[in-house]
Amino acid sequence: MNKYIERIYNGVWKENPTFVLMLGMCPTLAVTTSAINGIGMGLSTTVVLILSNMMISALRNIIPDRVRMPAFIVVVASFVTMVDFLMQGFVPSLYDSLGIYIPLIVVNCIILGRAESYASKNPIVESMFDGIGMGLGFTIGLTLIGSVREILGNGSIFDVNIAVLNDYHITLFGLAPGAFFVLSILVALMNIVRKKMEEKGKPLPPVQGCLAGDCRTCTLSSGCTGKATITKEVLPPVNPKDVAKPVPDTRIEVEHTSNTLNTIDVEKSGSDSSYADDDIVEKGKEES
Amino acid sequence: MNYVTELILILVSSAIVNNVVLSQFLGICPFLGVSKRVETAAGMGGAVIFVITIASFVSSVIYKFILAPTGFDYMKTIVFILVIAALVQFVEMFLKKSVPSLYQSLGVYLPLITTNCAVLGTALNNVQYEYDILQSVINGVGVSVGFTIAIVIMAGIREKIEYNDIPKTFKGSAIVLVTAGLMAMAFLGFSGII
Repeated sequence: MNKYIERIYNGVWKENPTFVLMLGMCPTLAVTTSAINGIGMGLSTTVVLILSNMMISALRNIIPDRVRMPAFIVVVASFVTMVDFLMQGFVPSLYDSLGIYIPLIVVNCIILGRAESYASKNPIVESMFDGIGMGLGFTIGLTLIGSVREILGNGSIFDVNIAVLNDYHITLFGLAPGAFFVLSILVALMNIVRKKMEEKGKPLPPVQGCLAGDCRTCTLSSGCTGKATITKEVLPPVNPKDVAKPVPDTRIEVEHTSNTLNTIDVEKSGSDSSYADDDIVEKGKEES
Repeated sequence: MNYVTELILILVSSAIVNNVVLSQFLGICPFLGVSKRVETAAGMGGAVIFVITIASFVSSVIYKFILAPTGFDYMKTIVFILVIAALVQFVEMFLKKSVPSLYQSLGVYLPLITTNCAVLGTALNNVQYEYDILQSVINGVGVSVGFTIAIVIMAGIREKIEYNDIPKTFKGSAIVLVTAGLMAMAFLGFSGII
């Protein structure tokens, strides 16, 4: 398969950010009140993702390793500001309904994650296709969740009323609780799929980010470093104190500690629900 | 309306009515990740109160005195995120040197909230709602207290859930999301009070 098509296939299907990796939960919950909002958010994230991937890939040999995180954030934030203005100018109604979640694309894990784990290591064109793939995957995910919520909550899809459902809609699904319920059912379904695929001997890539209980993937440094994609192990016990400083030697330290402590950690926390706070408490005690 | 009444309204509305986690979906990450035990949840809540309050003060000062007069207000997203990241590092260093006891209880959580969307979201909301500096700080306190209320309640529920018989597929984050949904329904009931 062509390597460019492979990147798109990877983003849309194999490592779909919404369904498989479960990244970017803030926008997934917040803006999926309707299918249109889902598409709008997905596409604006895609644009930012493509542009920032290309820019970061172009600058990958210029940005010093020590300051890469702040540099990535500045690049991403610039593109987000541009997209923000374009949307304000050309699609004002969508801009109003997405509101504060457009500038918050900056802290979306998918973007910094792809910057760190793919774009900063690969040439421009491949990074661009990686951005297209991941962005489309995210768009499809948000649109599907948005459609489900719109059908259940409003009895319509893409603002077109559906005959019978329109009379029996459940308003709750359009409101905040509905987002949590729909996502929980999605997670439960994905648990089943995961199990089936494991039995077949083709395990899916592990869940990253918030739903893996690993908050560090949402923070600046290991944050979205895509460390989880590289190591694929259960929560390397990073000292959270070191995490926010994007200094190369902390990464060495991280790998160092993970060798010694990881086995204990794996035994203690089950394979599916390994939450970060066990670690934090331990580290807190060690420090005190 | 009286200025003080307005402040109280901002506080109540951001803490309870428009709860940052359960109706705005900001800060979902620590809400799901660090809510396994009440102690850690409370620690996280404390750190969030600390950071959001300071960040909303600093960001609104910067917006009011630097960005708005010079016409650079469109740079707010870039400036705020860098300021917040630097601020968290700075607060961490400051606490470590001068208030070690506070650092010991909050320090481990500080790096976790550097790019938490709740912090940036609050700073941006303060600008969007055109709050002055005092109102921004009050809004920051409200948002972070709301976060703490939500995460501590969640941790309390999760401590009980541990011993319940949950369907296998719902174990882990799925049941946590169902719980969050029920909590959101409960908080929806507050929406009438303002």
